[in-house]
Order: sequence, then C-alpha cells, then structure tokens
Amino acid sequence: MDRDQLRSIVESLLFLSEASLSLDRLSSLIGGVENGEIKLVLEELQSEYESKRRGFRLVVVAGDYQLRTPTENSEWVKNLFRGKATRMSRATLETLAIIAYKQPMTRGEIEQIRGVNVDGIVSTLFERQLVSIVGRKDIPGKPFLYGTTREFLELFNLKDLTELPTLKEMDEITLPEVPEQNILPIEDDDDQAKSDNDSTETDDHSEKTEG
Amino acid sequence: MSMNVQLEVYEGPLDLLLHLIKKNEVTITDIPIALITEQYLETLEAMQSLNLDMAGEYIVMASTLIHIKSRLLLPLEEGDEEEEEGTDPRDELVRRLLEYQRYKDASEDLAKREILNRDVFVRASEAVQEVKSKEFAPVSLFDLITALRRVLEKLPEETVHTVVLENFSVRGKMTMILEVLNRSASVSFESLFETAASRMEVVVTLLAVLELMKIRAAIVKQEERLGPIMIEGVGSLGEVKDRLNQEGNEEVEGHGS
Repeated sequence: MDRDQLRSIVESLLFLSEASLSLDRLSSLIGGVENGEIKLVLEELQSEYESKRRGFRLVVVAGDYQLRTPTENSEWVKNLFRGKATRMSRATLETLAIIAYKQPMTRGEIEQIRGVNVDGIVSTLFERQLVSIVGRKDIPGKPFLYGTTREFLELFNLKDLTELPTLKEMDEITLPEVPEQNILPIEDDDDQAKSDNDSTETDDHSEKTEG
Repeated sequence: MSMNVQLEVYEGPLDLLLHLIKKNEVTITDIPIALITEQYLETLEAMQSLNLDMAGEYIVMASTLIHIKSRLLLPLEEGDEEEEEGTDPRDELVRRLLEYQRYKDASEDLAKREILNRDVFVRASEAVQEVKSKEFAPVSLFDLITALRRVLEKLPEETVHTVVLENFSVRGKMTMILEVLNRSASVSFESLFETAASRMEVVVTLLAVLELMKIRAAIVKQEERLGPIMIEGVGSLGEVKDRLNQEGNEEVEGHGS
C-alpha cells in the first residue's frame, strides 16, 4: 500500500466515523501498517486541509483524531446542524473553569472561590457529563471530588488538559479598566443583545445609587 | 422590571464587589473600604426593595465588609492578636477577589475557544445524540392533564366494583335466573353470564345456578359432550319460589354471605 492510498483510506475512515478515532483504532482498522506511517499521513491531511482552507479540519481532541468544520464556516454550518447549539451562562463557565484548573475539588472548595452556592451548577455540569465524580476527599463528610471529563475536552476543542490556557499568576491579574460589559461569553445572538441591555442598565443604576 | 434584570448580572458578592471596585477605579490592593461598603450595602438595599430572592452569601459578605471597616477604624493596640507585621484586614478579601478574578479570566479564555456545536461541528451523531437524550418536546400543563386523564381512565374502578358487589346476592340472582327460566324453557349456561360486569357477579351467578340445582328448581343438561350446557326450569315459578322461601332459606343465606 503506497502513501497515497493510505492517506485516502485514513481520510475515508475519518470522514465516515461519527466518533473521534484514536491512532490505535485507525491502525487496527487498516491493519498491517505502522502507527508511525499513519501518524505521518494524518499530519499531511492536517496541513493539507489547513493550507487549502478546506471545509473541514483534522483536529486532535481528547487525544483522538476527528474532522470538524472550521470556525469561519460556523455561520452557515449551524443552520444545517440539527442539534442544540452549545450555550453556557457565565456562572456555568466560571464554575467549569475553576474545576478544570483546580481539579480534583469539592463543591465546598468551588464555592469558596466563587463566593456563592454552586450545587445547581455542578449538577447541571454533571448531567451534561462535563464533570464527573473522581473520588471523595478524606475530610469529615467525605465530600465528592469533581474533575473534568473527556466530553469537556471535546467541547472546548482540547487535546488534553495541558492545552488549557495558562492560568495567570496572582500578581498578573488586573481588573479591566473599563467597567465590565458583562457579556455572557457563549450565548446566541438574542441573548447577547439582551445582556448588552442589562449591562447598560447596570451602569445607569449604579450612577443613581452613587448620587 | 428592568431593575430586576439589572441585578441578575452579578454572579455573587465577589462579582458585585469587583464591579464596584472597577466602577470607582480604585486599586484592588488598596480598596477604600468605607466607600465600597457603602455602595455595596446600597446595592443590597436595592435588591431587597425589589423583593429579589437574595442569596445569603450577599449578607455574609456585607458583614465581612463591615467587620473589615471597623477593624480599620480601630487603632492597632500593642500586643494585639494580629502579631504579624503589616497585616491588613483587607488582605484576605483582596486575595479572594483576585482569585475569583483569575478564574473569571480563565472562563473567558475558555469561552473564546472553538466550542463544539457553537463554532465547530462534527458529523451528525455524538452531539445530536447527546441533544436527543436531553431535548424533549416541551410539555404544557394541558398535556399533563390529558396524560393524567388517560391514567385515570385505565384505573380499574375499584369503588364502583364494591357497590356492584352489594347489588348481587345469591338469592337475588336465583330469582333472576328463575324469571329467565320462566320466560323461556331453557337457556344456555353462558347466556346467564352475558350481563355479568365483574368477576364477583360471575361467581354469584354460578352459586345461584348451583343453589337452584340443589333445591331442584333447575336442572342442567348437555346434549352432547363439549356441547352447550343448557339450564331448564323445573315446575312453575310460584311453586319454586315457595320452595325457595320455605326450604332453601337458611342454606341460601348461609352460602350467600
């Protein structure tokens, strides 16, 4: 089997597969080809899609290979998408970020950082399978310890946890100069417009209380 | 109404504090506690006046702020329990605020990533499947009521059952059968049960037939093996009724109860 044929086969498998494929899985599907060779054609496909601005990109999520549409096409692709678009509130994202960086951790520890009760949010994250129980902390009450899941990596297009953006050092943290816009980071257009209104009202009100 | 929405943008007391610090353009490491506490309490008051369900955490933070404020007002006495040099009562709060801001920043970084089913998409499946398990069609109150009605319709009508039970006595059935037999010389065994609405009525009818046979008011015949079982009356109705009243009384009562 020459390189072109191998590349073609790998492409077919990636195209057809609904789940992401690991290198080992690809290897067992093809048979008789070194993992190294498969990895090579995977990289070729990756750069080919990238350089030719193809309609899909080969990405590594949670350690496996998967074809995903590029972000710049999202506007058109999402109209075809039959599922529900991902939406998350600020509270959900904050909680998820805390767990992602400080895992494993208990609800109590998350609450200490956020300053509010997180029971509902953690349950939602748990239901969405973005976090799971990874153990129990050896303190009175033996509370559950939460950690992020493979689905979390898939959702945020992460190869693994080390790919998370580096957390700022404490002395690097600065507060944005301008009063915060209070933008809900992942919302559809309607909600975005709504939250913009909200923040305007916040400012109005704050001035009132000041005076 | 708009005020209501406005206050919802705070994700908690820390978020509110950060907002106040930014709005006043003060340094986070040197928070003018008096000013910030005042504004914080004003916001809380606004929330209360709107009857918002305020989380207890906001109150806890208010007391923390007031506590810090009072400690800043008190002159540090010698041999104070705060032995450490340069201990600022605000330090712990500042640390918490910075820590919270740190993860707020991190969550914004996360939000900027290429998010599955928002920015990037994969072939059918997984995402859709996931949605499939969660995305049920919305159910209205009326759907629920309709569903409840269906459940109720399926319920065996227990109460009606009991009432019916009292309507049947072996005696009553016997009289009924006798009347049927009076009208037509013979009836099929099965036809006696055609009107039976419950298991109990069937049993009572059978007992009535057996009683009638016992007092020789009726005989049961079969013309061929496996053929229809026929019941015939014996003697005139009045005669049988008399016999029923006189002879069979006790026995019938005994069985019927």
